[in-house]
Parts: sequence; C-alpha cells; structure tokens
Amino acid sequence: MRYMHQIACHECDLVQDIPPMPAGTTAKCVRCGGVLFSAKVDSINRTLAWTVAGLVLYCVAVTFPFLAMKSGSIIKETGLLTGVENLFSQGETVLASLVLLTCLLIPLLQMFILLFIFIPLKINMRVKYSIPVFRLFQHINPWSMMEIYLLGILVAIVKLAKMATIVPGLAVVAFGLLVIVLTFAISSVDKHMVWERLGGES
Amino acid sequence: MRKSFASAKRLGLVSCHDCHLLSRLPNISSHQNASCPRCGGELHQRKPNSIARTWALLIAAMIFYIPANLLPMTITSALGNVQEDTIMSGVIYFIHSGSWEIALVIFTASVFVPFMKFLILIYLLLSVQFKSIKRPKDRTVLFRITEAVGRWSMVDVYVVTILVALVKLGILADIEAGPAAIYFASVVVSTMVAAESFDPRLIWDVVEEKE
Repeated sequence: MRYMHQIACHECDLVQDIPPMPAGTTAKCVRCGGVLFSAKVDSINRTLAWTVAGLVLYCVAVTFPFLAMKSGSIIKETGLLTGVENLFSQGETVLASLVLLTCLLIPLLQMFILLFIFIPLKINMRVKYSIPVFRLFQHINPWSMMEIYLLGILVAIVKLAKMATIVPGLAVVAFGLLVIVLTFAISSVDKHMVWERLGGES
Repeated sequence: MRKSFASAKRLGLVSCHDCHLLSRLPNISSHQNASCPRCGGELHQRKPNSIARTWALLIAAMIFYIPANLLPMTITSALGNVQEDTIMSGVIYFIHSGSWEIALVIFTASVFVPFMKFLILIYLLLSVQFKSIKRPKDRTVLFRITEAVGRWSMVDVYVVTILVALVKLGILADIEAGPAAIYFASVVVSTMVAAESFDPRLIWDVVEEKE
C-alpha cells in the first residue's frame, strides 16, 4: 500500500500532506523547516541543456593549459591533471586518488548519470538500471568538490604571488564555468518527478 | 495523539532514504532487510546504529586531527634550503605577508570548521543520548549546517595539490606534499561520513516520547 500524497520529513520524520505544487516552489517541513521537496521549472530540458554544456566545458578544462608559473625566464605550464600525477609519483597514492575522484571522476560521472536518466525521460523510454543509477547519483553528490578546488586555486595563486607570476590558462576559465554550469544542472533536477516517473508504471 | 503531528515511525510507516516514498513497514523479523517497493533501497525507520557509528567516525576524525595539525603539510625546498610548513605556519605566513583574507579562509576551512564540527556532533550525540528535549528545531538546523559546511575543509588538500603541480623547478624550487596532508584528508572524509551517519530524526523521537 502506498501513500503518494503524503511525505515524511527526512530530518524529523513528520508525516505531512503535500498539495499539488506549482513549478518553481519548494515545500518545507512545518515542524523543523527542512526542505521536503522542490518542484522545478522545466526540469528535463534544463537539466539536459546544462549537462551538455558541462561536458563541453569539461573537455576544455582537461585538455587545455591550466595554470602556468613564470619566474624570470623559466615558464612551467601545468594541466588540470598535473598535480594528481605528481602526487602519484611522490607515492601519495591515496591522496592523489582522493583528489582525482572528488574533482574529476565524480563530476564526470554525475554528468553521465544525468544524461543516462534524463535522455530516456525526454523521449519517454524506459531503460534498465535507471533506478539504481539514480540512487547512486544521490549518494555521490556530496563528494563532487570542484567548487572547493576553485577556491584552492585562488589560495595557491596568492601563496605563490611573491615567488612568481601565475598565468591562468583557458582551462581555468572553463573549469570556473563548469562549476557554475554543473551547479545549475544539479539544481534543475526535480528528484520527486524523476522518482515518480522511474517508479511509475512498474 | 494529535493527528497532525505524527512521525512516520509512530504511524508504522517508513520513509525511503533514497526516493522518499512512504510505505508501510512490512512485518518481518529484524534480521531481514525490507526494501523500498519503488526504488529497491534498503528501508530503515532510522539509520542503523546511528549513534555508535557517528561516535566511532568522530573519534577517528579527532585522532587524525592531531597529526594533521602537528606534522608538515608541505615540504618546500628552494636552493638547498628545506622548509616544512604546517597548517598554522601557513596561516601565520599569510598574516605576515599581508593577505589576511587568505589567512582567514585557510584558518576557517582547515582549523575552525573541523573543530566546530567535532563540538557540534558531540553536542548532538550527547543531547540525543541524554534525551534532551531542548530546542529540537535549533539542533536540527545545527546539524544541517554541519552537514553542508564540512566539505569545504578539503580546500587545503587542493592547495597542496596545485602547489605540487606548479612548483617543480628541479633544484631551484620544489614542493612536496607533507605527511599531514593525508591525515588532514582523513579528517575531512571521516567527519563527512560521521555527519552522514547521524540521524537527525533521533532528536525528534525523544521529543515525541515525552510529549
């Protein structure tokens, strides 16, 4: 037996009735103020658009020069992956893997999952494994930390300012835009709608 | 019992962690796992062993916090001079060189936030264990903030990664990651998992019991 019209708050477990909600509104728990769910505007189209933009930016961020350090006549150019490679070669395997996962692999996986879920929704198709994949998506979200890496770049630039000039490359711009675009992509996901559709006619 | 203020647990219902579907908890023995009729996720009325798991991860994080702050984060060698920097010596360097904004960012993210996370989680755990009914809403908000803010502590690990990438000029200058880096990353990861294993609904269970 299912109770579609009712929802329990994830933070205080209070059961509440949810009236039909207009797009763009958020329902909050009457007792603790936690977000029950948000109805998003045009979720499928917007998520797909932002995700495709994100993938393009991702390719640019990974392939183009990231930061260059100029000190006198010496110029050292680096890519987004250089730091991870150097950590690996210093024997810091765990640390390198952690950075690789949180800043490169998990964001990429997020975008692939969004395409995998939202393209079939857009063309009204049912795909195998979409339910466990969307569950995975919700679990990896807090481990995507590109925006924190961006803050790290800022700190590193200031730290090295006395020693050398840091020249940001095209990849930094792409990376910065990617952070914004991915945030928009994820915030356009209407989880409630996705679960209703995925679990719908089964 | 007021009908408008009933938790799912009291009504014999269970809310799925993953897809939020409310369903009736099937009558099975506690050794079996129930799964959600819609998404197949494991159903628990409360996160399993929430208090014990959170304590374990929290204590682990507090132990990691000590070497993370005492050992060097980066080892810089420039023209034969070797300099080891801890988190705090980095903060002090930034204050002296005039960039107090950056000093504030590093201090907040690397020292203050993890420490506050320890205090808040200890407070939340004890308040549940001693069945406090004081200000449940504020405690829930406190939990929400702790959960959201913790990941930003990772910034120092990324700074090290970027420095290691940029400063590699052979004997002229070279930066290597110090032993503290991995301990510090462990602090961030274990406090994040600790916050995730804490179940804020336990705060409200106590309140409902005493109502």
